[in-house]
Amino acid sequence: MPDDPAVQTTALTHRYGERLALDHVDLKAKRGSILALLGPNGGGKTTLFKILTTLLVPSEGTASVAGFDVRRDRDAVRGSVGIVFQKPSLDDKLSVIENMQNQGNLYGMSGKGLRSRSMELLERFGLGDRAGDRVATLSGGLQRRVELAKGLLHRPDVLILDEPSTGLDPGARAGLMDYLQELRDRDGVTSLLTTHLMDEADRCDQVAILDEGRLIATGTPASLKGTIGGDVLTVRCDDPVLLSQKASDRFDVSTKVLDGAVRIERDRGHEFVPDLIEAFPGEINSVTVGRPTLDDVFLHLTGHRLWDNGTDDDS
Amino acid sequence: MPKRSLRTTFVLPVLSLWRREVVRFVRQRSRLVGALATPIVFWVLIGSGLRNSFRLTGAEATGESMDYLEYAFPGTMAMIVLFTAIFATISIIEDRREGFLQAVIAAPVRRSAIVCGKVLGSATLAVVQALLFLLLAPLTGVPLTVGSFAAVLGVLVIVAIGLSALGFLIAWPMDSTQGFHAIMNLVLLPMWMLSGAFFPASGASNWLAWIMAINPLTYGVAALRQAVYLDAGGGAGAALPSFQMALTVSVGFAVLMVALSAKVVSSKG
Repeated sequence: MPDDPAVQTTALTHRYGERLALDHVDLKAKRGSILALLGPNGGGKTTLFKILTTLLVPSEGTASVAGFDVRRDRDAVRGSVGIVFQKPSLDDKLSVIENMQNQGNLYGMSGKGLRSRSMELLERFGLGDRAGDRVATLSGGLQRRVELAKGLLHRPDVLILDEPSTGLDPGARAGLMDYLQELRDRDGVTSLLTTHLMDEADRCDQVAILDEGRLIATGTPASLKGTIGGDVLTVRCDDPVLLSQKASDRFDVSTKVLDGAVRIERDRGHEFVPDLIEAFPGEINSVTVGRPTLDDVFLHLTGHRLWDNGTDDDS
Repeated sequence: MPKRSLRTTFVLPVLSLWRREVVRFVRQRSRLVGALATPIVFWVLIGSGLRNSFRLTGAEATGESMDYLEYAFPGTMAMIVLFTAIFATISIIEDRREGFLQAVIAAPVRRSAIVCGKVLGSATLAVVQALLFLLLAPLTGVPLTVGSFAAVLGVLVIVAIGLSALGFLIAWPMDSTQGFHAIMNLVLLPMWMLSGAFFPASGASNWLAWIMAINPLTYGVAALRQAVYLDAGGGAGAALPSFQMALTVSVGFAVLMVALSAKVVSSKG
């Protein structure tokens, strides 16, 4: 069934007691693509991650991974998906290679094949000379790389990563995205990653935005940004509330006060700047014109920022 | 991903998880001290302290006499097994907290493999330590022959599997080790004290003798005691359940505990 989507959910719903964590999510990831699940902490990303990795049975709706239903074909899902957990899953009392071998055994691999595959991946991630070291002696960044190597060990068709860039510096983060793209191009591996970083989502083929348990938009990064008319203007002034009101009365634009500045979405923003300054002489301190980012898309759709809560506990 | 078979979804994972338990133990020296030294100190101190106050009921009648250190010897082996099983099964709580367990749960392995790997690992550690203690037997006048050594080994394996699986069953749903300590003091230690390891049922009051009769560990200790004296005969002193009965109950207990553990693990996905 190579034409099945790599990941598909239909009206997927999950409740923790009374709380609705996922609300009728319909998601589709094409085979051989990279999909980012973008959303704030507590938005439902981790719940979706747990359902797709069979750690949680959904309350309602269906979900399938690599063509297998997460309820009925749990073992087949487990065998075809490679998982990179946000929380470390290594045994730090064991060496790197011992962790790889244990992982291989759990996936039915053994002997020479397992050993050479482990070393191949460790070399690929620059860990070849650390294979015999205890995991506890590795830096956080190196441990993340072992996690990734471990998830890829059994050559999964689908890779599911929960906040994979946690604990990685920007260079290593870019390296991770390069590697996911290489896997996609060379082996047709589908990757699905959860993230709250828009620059990471920007490098994926598809972005699905999840907020308060609902899927509020999906598309390529470019098409999502295209939903915002042209440019985003950020106007700094002494009384943003007043200016916001006056600007929306005078020009036919939607305005919004955010972080002590007025935010205006407008096509051909640079041409609008002189009009704005002439209309309110002396009131404006500065105007910035920018191309919309995924953060702007998120704000446009939800009315709040991606980073609002800033806490780390997701569920 | 290789084709799924009993070998790939059960045998390999069990061997791997089993080996992990042993490797981890060897790398944590303090655990060896905790599980082996504590019972020995207990045995020497209490054994020596009670030496003169202790007289086995009915011993005069048979003309047998038994030193308390000798009496407490099989029970101390049971204690070593119990302590190791506790320490080894607490690690399932740490595995969960530190994240290792999530990867095991998400792997395409039979849920019973998770139980068997942990229980066999824990039982291996327990049996090896109890055997080390058994080497002290000649010092106490406990007669040891090849036959009795083999019998003790067999009984230890059964008792160790039962107690490890009991520990697993208690530890699996817990998210902190504090909770486990409470259960240990409230359930597991009394279970040991009332197993005939410490004092025989024949000298206990009626209600205590009743509890001892329904305590599964009583049968484990009775089996150990009779295995030690397999060739020498006697030694058992006070009335004990027959060897056959003790073995049957111990095997039944082990099977039940493993089955319950597997059921609990499966029900959570």
